[in-house]
Amino acid sequence: MITTSAMATLSSQASGFTAGPGWNLVADIQDMLSFAFMRHAFAAGTASAIVAGLVGYFVVLRGSSFAAHAISHIGFAGAAGAVLLGLNPVLGVAALSLWASAGMGVLGKRLRGRDVVIGLIMAASLGLGYLFISLYTGNAQNAYAILFGQIFGITTGAVLITIGTSVIVLSLLAAVYRPLLFASLDEEVAQARGIPVGALGIGFMLLMALAVSEAVQVSGVLLIFALLVAPGAIAERIARRPAAALALSGCLAVLITWVSLALSYYTPYPVSFYVTSLAFAGYLAARAWTAWRGHAGRSRRFAPRRQRRRDAGMRARGTATVRL
Amino acid sequence: MGAARPGRPPGPSGPARPPADPGSGAVIEAAGLAAGYGGRTIWSGADFQVGAGEFLTVLGSNGAGKSTLLRMVLGLLPTAGGALRVFGQPPRRGNPGIGYVPQRRALDPDLSISAEDLVGLGVDGHRWGVRLSRRNARQRREAVAGALAAVGAARYARRAVGRLSGGEQQRLLLAQALVTSPRLLLLDEPLASLDLRSQQAVSQLVAELRAQQDFAVVFVTHDINPVLSITDRVMYIAGGRVSVGTPDEVITSENLSRLYQAEVEVLSDSRGRLFVVGLEAETVHPHSPVSPAGVQP
Repeated sequence: MITTSAMATLSSQASGFTAGPGWNLVADIQDMLSFAFMRHAFAAGTASAIVAGLVGYFVVLRGSSFAAHAISHIGFAGAAGAVLLGLNPVLGVAALSLWASAGMGVLGKRLRGRDVVIGLIMAASLGLGYLFISLYTGNAQNAYAILFGQIFGITTGAVLITIGTSVIVLSLLAAVYRPLLFASLDEEVAQARGIPVGALGIGFMLLMALAVSEAVQVSGVLLIFALLVAPGAIAERIARRPAAALALSGCLAVLITWVSLALSYYTPYPVSFYVTSLAFAGYLAARAWTAWRGHAGRSRRFAPRRQRRRDAGMRARGTATVRL
Repeated sequence: MGAARPGRPPGPSGPARPPADPGSGAVIEAAGLAAGYGGRTIWSGADFQVGAGEFLTVLGSNGAGKSTLLRMVLGLLPTAGGALRVFGQPPRRGNPGIGYVPQRRALDPDLSISAEDLVGLGVDGHRWGVRLSRRNARQRREAVAGALAAVGAARYARRAVGRLSGGEQQRLLLAQALVTSPRLLLLDEPLASLDLRSQQAVSQLVAELRAQQDFAVVFVTHDINPVLSITDRVMYIAGGRVSVGTPDEVITSENLSRLYQAEVEVLSDSRGRLFVVGLEAETVHPHSPVSPAGVQP
């Protein structure tokens, strides 16, 4: 989607615009970044992708991907309401998703397994959002942009807000990194070790709401799953160390965003289509790879060695057993 | 208290330990302790002490309030009456002297985090921020390697935890609880959902580690037989009552019949395994009569 401001930029530089890639990578990238709307898209897309990738890893670890999905849909009502009131839709998303995530965080454990309740609230919010959109007499393009992303229309101010939000979210994530990891993997032991798991859960939901608000600009509320959950899910399957998993998740999200922006620039198809397709393809590839690795490992190396060691262990334990 | 077991030679913890000095050396002291939630009492009138290095087995059916005892000791749940002191202090959250392994649920099979990192959470997982100092990273690595070696898990230190067996995961959680060298280890149903061979191996491991590191153990289970040989004393929770003593004192037909005012019979087979009959409503029985390593009297 190219909004009027971006169209203006585009037409003002029309002399430099080429319809397709020249298959010279440096020249193509230079060409692409000669447009302000593309520079804006890359800056905001990168900032929100890093946040989505890092927050998304914890979303997957904590099993809150449905909550993330629901928060984005609740955010849609906020965006539509903001459009109706003549405000920035992303601020509407942020306001309502922060409120919703705080509510979910406070309910916490009691909400676990209550997919029906979350789903109904989500559907009601979508309906409310649709009402706001139909009441709005202006450009229907705005609603479309909230649902499916609007990264090519982003203004300089919005880029700066996105980058600022990313810096805040990443700083907070770094501050709670170890206890959040502990609580995400083993809440009971974490609580016994003195970690305030309840407060941490609410705090994480708020970070998730900010990440959702940012990522909505790239992929829209309907397609948020791709950018927020897929890189984390791939990293969870592949990486052995949590730090490596976070790095992988962040890099994947950025890579997906960059490639999608570039593909969308050279083709008539929208960014969020590429984001979701690349994310899905990446997840399938990760599953295939882990399945192949597991299979190869079992058949070639691990099984015989494991069996030998188990036998040795049984013998060792047999001699150490104290009989009364 | 380790030696106060009439009719039983010393367990694998080695020679007789001097009895815990009541009041000062006790790890847990309870007087008239009651447990419950929201005004409802689950059990009450528990008077007992757990001495340093002692092995206490807590028996009872599901819902009898065994885990509740652990949660009170951890400071996660207030007592419903009476007095409870841990290391001579009121219970508090995050007590570094306590290692805790909650009731096991299988880890996500897709979870690719390595065993090392799971155990490492026990070292500094409760600290805020990210790990920055290289010296801390080295100390952490050494502590984790030591704990993994102690539980016999060194060979799968770098494997993904989701792909390990139940017994292997249980060893890792034990290593995570022991990595800070606690003086008290709380184990909640560590043998549940393990096969008999792993049950025996985990019980044996706990006994060996206690002999080396000299921590007290509170071992919650519904089947005493795998730990009968290493238990110093037994706490039997059923029907809102708690009775504590040596296995010979507590698990007898007369005592359980008197306690629960029902005709309870304790049977012992040729290998010394105990079977409680008559508390079916109160007590879950051993799942299987076969126990490979056996417990001989």
